[in-house]
Amino acid sequence: MNTSSSPSVDLPSVGTVEAQYFTCCEPANELVLKSGLKLGPITLAYETYGQLNEDKSNAILICHTLTSDAHAAGFHPGDKKPGWWEGMIGPGKAFDTNKYFVLSSNVLGSCKGSTGPASINPSTNKPYGLSLPFITIEDMVAAQKKLADHLGIRKFFSIAGGSMGGLQALIWAVHYPEAIHSAILIATNYRHTAQQIALHEVGRQAIMSDSDWQNGDYYGKTIPAKGLALARMIGHITYMSDKSMDEKFGRKLIGKEKLGYDFSHDFEVENYLKYRASNFVQRFDANSYLYISKALDYFDLAEDGELTDKFKKTLAHFLVISFTSDWLYPSYQSKELVRALKANDLDVSDCEINSTYGHDAFLVEIESQSKLVKHFLNRLQKEKSHGPSPNPSI
Amino acid sequence: MDPALTPRFDHQIIAGLIEPNSRVLDLGCGNGELLALLTKEKSIKGTGIEINEKAIYHCMEKGLTVSHADIDSGLVDYSNKRFDYVILNESLQEVLNPDKVIIEALRVGKEVIVGIPNFCHIRARWQIFLQGRVPVTKELPYQWYNTPNLRFLSLKDFHHFCQIKGITIEKKIALSNHHRIIHFKPNLFAHTGIYLLSKNV
Repeated sequence: MNTSSSPSVDLPSVGTVEAQYFTCCEPANELVLKSGLKLGPITLAYETYGQLNEDKSNAILICHTLTSDAHAAGFHPGDKKPGWWEGMIGPGKAFDTNKYFVLSSNVLGSCKGSTGPASINPSTNKPYGLSLPFITIEDMVAAQKKLADHLGIRKFFSIAGGSMGGLQALIWAVHYPEAIHSAILIATNYRHTAQQIALHEVGRQAIMSDSDWQNGDYYGKTIPAKGLALARMIGHITYMSDKSMDEKFGRKLIGKEKLGYDFSHDFEVENYLKYRASNFVQRFDANSYLYISKALDYFDLAEDGELTDKFKKTLAHFLVISFTSDWLYPSYQSKELVRALKANDLDVSDCEINSTYGHDAFLVEIESQSKLVKHFLNRLQKEKSHGPSPNPSI
Repeated sequence: MDPALTPRFDHQIIAGLIEPNSRVLDLGCGNGELLALLTKEKSIKGTGIEINEKAIYHCMEKGLTVSHADIDSGLVDYSNKRFDYVILNESLQEVLNPDKVIIEALRVGKEVIVGIPNFCHIRARWQIFLQGRVPVTKELPYQWYNTPNLRFLSLKDFHHFCQIKGITIEKKIALSNHHRIIHFKPNLFAHTGIYLLSKNV
């Protein structure tokens, strides 16, 4: 997603950071996936910011989006560009690394250091490609739980994420109620809707109709760059809004004074999409795009019953944030989620932030999000230090 | 809102109606001053519902739980008698369906506290009678074209409403905007009425 428009933040950065790797689920102890298939060994790439306290009670897990990675904050050695949520994570920021130990892990199925279709299958010594079993959001979270256990974190003070990250936080709250004190769900949903599935399917078809895709067996050969670039262009459009695109590009022409009356690029927006897409194909694997987008489309918390029944065992405190111009994960979906949480007598605060940035707003609207997140976490910390609330269900 | 219309006096009177450690829902909680006061003085567990985004930030800053929703639709999710008190202070006159909201509030709350401005205060009556104009007073500073108030009622109107809806008025306190409780002819001299209501469901 677009991180280039994040506003500059005066607060300092966590500085230089490095990715770490954790491997688990070796053969005989493989992870049983939601599909029933087994996968192992599994490697997860992760980064950490701040210090874990003695009783390991100050950990916050940050969950990322479809095409993002574990690099949420700080700078990799030699890099000029910070992590994707730099404005939110750091000393004095919303996720204050002076107080909290922030953990960010790359999801299972990705290509950014964690096990995914581009990883080598140890039983064949070749990349998995499409032989990698299907991955679901629940499987991503099950792998994160292994990482948390490895780090000795029994309960996260908070788990936060936007978009697909929010779905992961939601799964934590439902499947591991004892392991999560609070969840921050941003620009997210509880099930993928027909429109969201349809938009993803166009992207997947773009990849699969590229002759270089070769049923996913393209590693070491030509990558399906055209298909992946198209998928990214469609994705990018869904992350912006009518207004944000009009404000950013309008009908501005690129490299010419007048319309060309041909099919070369006339408009700046055309050029921008092409530029973003060509960047993207350098850094992301087409098969990962297929796997993760499908994982999103499979996601339905209410698949076998009423949504309200899903939270019967949930204990977490919730903060739910949505944005007025987000048409990919519209506010009404967050509000449905809030209603289901309230119906379970859970403690939930929610805010619909007025923004023109569309779905990308959660990467851009740092100031308003920071206010909400910081005060939410402060309150929970205060309540915790004053002993358990006399009535935790409200 | 005119600060004179909602002095802390209102809030103190409301605080006096609330038992310590109770669960409170404040409908139209604004910046959260009342909930913050009740949290501090009565150790309540509070939740607010507020439609204004900026007010949400103020509430969060005060360490409150707050939901960004409108009062007319914000109650349906809560289970029966979930709260000890539901408060509608200075907000009832701005909702679309006040009768439904009060009935819903009495469903989710064991008791309901309502604070309403008295549109039949003597100064307002005077303006209608002598000037032939819709009243604009210090307490009701709006013109007909910019008032947020959708409903105009007097204390008597509210008593009548409770009577026909089978709502019990447990306590009623009439206030002037000079931090005084009005005992003599409140429908004429009080600016605000505060009610503690209950209903057998």
